[in-house]
Amino acid sequence: MTMTETEAPAVRRLSTAKALSEGIALEMERDPSVFVMGEDVGAYGGIFGSTGGLLEQFGPTRIIDTPISETGFIGAGIGAATEGLRPVVELMFVDFFGVCFDQIYNHMAKIHFESGGNVAVPMVLMMAVGGGYNDAAQHSQCLWASFAHMPGMKVVVPSNPYDAKGLMISAIRDDGPVIYMFHKGVMGLPWMAKNPRSIGPVPEEAYEVPIGKAAVVHPGTDVTVVTVSLSVQHCQDVAEKLDGEGISAEVIDLRSLVPLDREAVLTSVAKTGRLLVVDEDYKSFGLSGELAATIAEQDPSMLRAPFARVTYPDVPVPYARSLEQAALPGRERIEAAIRSLVRA
Amino acid sequence: MDGAQRVAFYRQMVRIRTYEETIRANYHADKTPAWDIGAGLVPGEMHLSAGQEPVAVGLCAHLRDDDAITGPHRPHHLALAKGVDMKRMTAEIYGRVDGLGRGRGGHMHLFDPSQHFSCSGIIAEGMPVAVGQALAFSRKGTDAVAVAVAGEGAANQGAFHEALNLASLWKLPVVFVIEDNDWAISVPRPSSTSISSNAPRAAAYGMPGERVEGNDVEAIHDACGRAVSRARAGDGPTLLEIHTVRLWGHFEGDAQAYRGEELAVAESHDPIPAYEAKLRADGLLDDASVAAAKADAQAEVDAAVAFALASPVPDPSTLSDYVFA
Ligand SMILES: Cc1ncc(C[n+]2csc(CCOP(=O)(O)OP(=O)(O)O)c2C)c(N)n1
Ligand SMILES: [Mg+2]
Repeated sequence: MTMTETEAPAVRRLSTAKALSEGIALEMERDPSVFVMGEDVGAYGGIFGSTGGLLEQFGPTRIIDTPISETGFIGAGIGAATEGLRPVVELMFVDFFGVCFDQIYNHMAKIHFESGGNVAVPMVLMMAVGGGYNDAAQHSQCLWASFAHMPGMKVVVPSNPYDAKGLMISAIRDDGPVIYMFHKGVMGLPWMAKNPRSIGPVPEEAYEVPIGKAAVVHPGTDVTVVTVSLSVQHCQDVAEKLDGEGISAEVIDLRSLVPLDREAVLTSVAKTGRLLVVDEDYKSFGLSGELAATIAEQDPSMLRAPFARVTYPDVPVPYARSLEQAALPGRERIEAAIRSLVRA
Repeated sequence: MDGAQRVAFYRQMVRIRTYEETIRANYHADKTPAWDIGAGLVPGEMHLSAGQEPVAVGLCAHLRDDDAITGPHRPHHLALAKGVDMKRMTAEIYGRVDGLGRGRGGHMHLFDPSQHFSCSGIIAEGMPVAVGQALAFSRKGTDAVAVAVAGEGAANQGAFHEALNLASLWKLPVVFVIEDNDWAISVPRPSSTSISSNAPRAAAYGMPGERVEGNDVEAIHDACGRAVSRARAGDGPTLLEIHTVRLWGHFEGDAQAYRGEELAVAESHDPIPAYEAKLRADGLLDDASVAAAKADAQAEVDAAVAFALASPVPDPSTLSDYVFA
């Protein structure tokens, strides 16, 4: 046995995109009923890399490039799922849900209920979300609350490579429809500015990350910061910075909006007495309001400072960088909000 | 066709190509050392139209200021040929307050009401809008027409089929133009569409349909002339499919590995040198007039970029402006 063989194996680090596609590949190897379809998922490997390498491994009968016919192929995914296949369907950007939402919320999300539980729709609908790279009003939205608002779909929003793989595997194994939203900014793409957190350790084997369970990604005692997706990375950065100044923020990555891990939020707020929600989706009628309501319903006296939120304002995403950067929930806004909360 | 018009077609195609080449160069110039889509003076996605100039030029030669166009995510050639102000369009692409949309829209969202020009980044969604513009024109008793332009990929979207049926049902002055550049991002036409020409689809909606091969501005001009006249005369909509070429990537930064050997073939079908050779052979162009066409175009484009750069970026305090009327 040589020296190198006795050394612990180097931790393998993958981008979120690679981790996600690996999750799909492992399930496809295990379960022949799993297949992928969507625009540019084949030779291109997904515009944001979610299906990289899959065509080469599984061929065009299981990795299917579709026409630009979202109602058609999402509906076809539903039908395939009700007949026992497990489709992973990609909608290229969440912003395009407008052309196909009937299939999503009137069919994919409701069939199980309408059939009295007799018809299952084991399907994953994955899509890119988020802005920050000047792609303007029709290609930069998050919109997760719009899906979460309507009953019947789980809504998953990973923030890092490890979770991306485990949540995808859980989503494929789930017997109901799962909306899987990956932020372009967490994918670790070579052609987009990225946080180093978008590349991280990922085990080679298949594993599940449970859907509906939040993670405390930065423990703290002074303030609870609840967030999802790319904003998790920003909040971790800010929390680490503030640690050095004696401000202890607890950052919670919800990892899914539906189911919503209210317990994790309540447990943390019971400890800190302060709640900040950071959300890149539009401000009103969304995640931040839902969490404020959660506290209000449970026990408003848990809070010793007023509830606070840093969100995307109720404005379509502007093209100009000066406007978009002002609108995004960036590190500066998050830091300022935490500082003012702990002073309150 | 008279020589002056042919030379004008050539000059307009050179103008558009010069515009796209300049935007392309500027787009990449400040994305160094690591290429980042969100960096530089012109960030975000950028879909350029090189190769498709004959469609815009042949079509727009028939259009007046009061005619409408709804364009797709690849709109520059159509905007410029229609008569959209190059300076204000460029300022929009640079995200400046003097842009067509005061920097809010960006390159996929160019709106010029004086030219009844608009475009959208959602595939095929401009097509029903053109139907509505045609409805307004006919209600107002004008003979203006509305043109919906989209790629061949868009012809598999529901909105395309609904718009054709509506326009025919209501006998509206609409011209549907499909720019078939063989590709929808990485998906070649045969992988997306069950028939090789969209012309027969017109019959399903009770309107004439025609496919134009060759990417030749004069043949395109002829076909568009028939369709626009029919619409203007009140005889209803037409579907045209024009076989053109995408010389560059789907968007800037697209490595195009999926195109393989087809890319070199496409590049050998650049319509501008081909048309130039034709006009030279007919004695309508020479070295001096070709050089002048290019110099005039570059001067106009440089002035437009200078206009854009001189315009301020929007002040963050105005973020909430224009959300509501
Ligand atoms: C509804 C919708 N689906 C998908 C997209 C993503 N998308 C942008 S351009 C494009 C390909 C369009 O192909 P085509 O219509 O042929 O136009 P081309 O790009 O070739 O000019 C796709 C799929 C979109 N913008 N809108
Ligand atoms: Mg095309």
